[in-house]
Amino acid sequence: MKLVLGLIPFAILVGGYFMASHVRLDSNPDDKLTPSASKMVEAVHTMAFTRDTRTGRFLMLTDTLASVRRIVIGLGLASVVGLILGMDSGAFPGISATLMPVIRFLSIVPPLAVLPILFVVFGVGELGKVMLIFLGSVFVITRDVQQETEQIPKEQIVKALTLGASQMQVLYTVLLPQIMPRLLIAVRLSLGAAWLFLIASEAIASTDGLGYRIFLMRRYLAMDVIIPYVLWITFLGFCMDALLRLVVSWKYRWFVASQ
Amino acid sequence: MKRSVIVGLVLVTLMCCSTGMVAAAPTFRVAWSHYTGWEPWQLASDKGILKKWADKYDIKIELVLINDYMESINLYTAGKFDACAMTNMDVLTIPAVGGVNSTALIIGDFSNGNDGIVMKNGSTVGDLKGREVKLVELSVSHYLLARALSMNNMNEREMKLVNTSDSDIAAVFASDPNGAAVTWNPPLMQCRNVKGAKLLFDSSQIPGEIIDLMVVRTDTSDKLKKALVGAWYETMLFMANPGKEGKEAIQSMAKFAGGTEAEFRAQLRTTRMFYEPGQAAQFARSEDLKKTMEYVRSFCFDHGLYGQGAASKDAIGIQFPDGSTMGERKNVKLHFDASYMQMAAEGKL
Repeated sequence: MKLVLGLIPFAILVGGYFMASHVRLDSNPDDKLTPSASKMVEAVHTMAFTRDTRTGRFLMLTDTLASVRRIVIGLGLASVVGLILGMDSGAFPGISATLMPVIRFLSIVPPLAVLPILFVVFGVGELGKVMLIFLGSVFVITRDVQQETEQIPKEQIVKALTLGASQMQVLYTVLLPQIMPRLLIAVRLSLGAAWLFLIASEAIASTDGLGYRIFLMRRYLAMDVIIPYVLWITFLGFCMDALLRLVVSWKYRWFVASQ
Repeated sequence: MKRSVIVGLVLVTLMCCSTGMVAAAPTFRVAWSHYTGWEPWQLASDKGILKKWADKYDIKIELVLINDYMESINLYTAGKFDACAMTNMDVLTIPAVGGVNSTALIIGDFSNGNDGIVMKNGSTVGDLKGREVKLVELSVSHYLLARALSMNNMNEREMKLVNTSDSDIAAVFASDPNGAAVTWNPPLMQCRNVKGAKLLFDSSQIPGEIIDLMVVRTDTSDKLKKALVGAWYETMLFMANPGKEGKEAIQSMAKFAGGTEAEFRAQLRTTRMFYEPGQAAQFARSEDLKKTMEYVRSFCFDHGLYGQGAASKDAIGIQFPDGSTMGERKNVKLHFDASYMQMAAEGKL
């Protein structure tokens, strides 16, 4: 029942689109704004399953691999660095006092606003794109991890220390396992922003990627390609989110139970 | 699903609005975007010239500045506007391929150096070999590059094209020590001013091929066509005036375009404006225009701008002022019409 109720809005959306599309196509069969389903299927067929005549590659596959690689590297680096910075400053007041003010400041700077500076520093190649995703998410993740670390009861740390653990052991055997699921959740929440940065960076200077293709096709209003691409991006985002959620519930069952 | 939801909603609202627009009374909406050759539209509006001509034909004209060029064409194609300023290449690939029957009503100017190829560490088109070239892909820049390459017996495969947005291209070019870019003014001017940058090729070497137009829906009211043409050439008189009035006109356009008078004048020098309707009409009737459109449509078809399912470059028909057509006769979606400019030349508007 719940499933059926949930599907109703989707049905209305899809139905509304195709009704509008039908009305427009009736008055102008070449209309590009609201392509019919068959037009989109045809476009997907060309983009995904036919070799491009100029490059000899499958465009949708090339675009997807390029984009996913950028987002995985950028967000992956951001989570590793965010974890290290966040956990250390959560555990050691000295580090926190030094780092957190600047990180709090940097986390508020909108990366897109300083884009021209990022170009000059990192170039407009792969590095620039990955860095935009990295810088856009790393400080937010750091703040999140730091807060989570601080909330872990001090008694645990004291107990471990009195039992003879070194500081490193405290960090990696007491804190890290407890922080990991929280980190994964922070990464999940950063996914939306990371996609936004990815598309933005691919719109600026690019030769492949999902965002690149959308901006290129936009030049001649090829909605028959753009709409399937948007749906594909949504699907990829959904999969990444589901994957992270799965890892949390599989590796950190205690965490899910405690929520 | 959030994104698709938003897209869906936007499309549905667009649909509702555009079907509502068809029934609208004698108010016509005209879109334009910033470009040296189109700034006179703002002047026509500021000076009340547009209103004067609209009143003469008993209609209302709403002139709307759209800050993003592509967006203005897309809105026109989607049915939100009756007329829109665009180039000969874009009118073919967006409205015409999209099934919107369009007429090139006014030939305002052609680019005569406003588009160009610049590079560092090189001085001829041949030096582009193996380099990374930044440009807005599938735009007139891409067309200019294709023409330059074919004139030098080269092809696009010999270099790597990087799609770069026009708002960032100058910054990207400046920061790259080995930069190469194809762009238009004003970013072209900024690129040329970068240390070590050389201009390899510009549109003055293919004069008359990149044409700036005022395009209307072919089935729109005759009154709108006459009013627009009348207002345009009265504005041209203003601009061409060597005295105080002309200077003021240039200053106000420069200010509106966000530049200085000197910059605007420099851009005007590389824009071949048709101040006189007779010249523009003659240009529209010339054999050269047919040759140009043949190049343009070949380029567009070869680069996939005709979209999925187009079998050949003949899929879309183009009609010229002498009645001759190019491509599919039964599917003429782009008309070049010299008659209104001719009327203006004869003072019959």
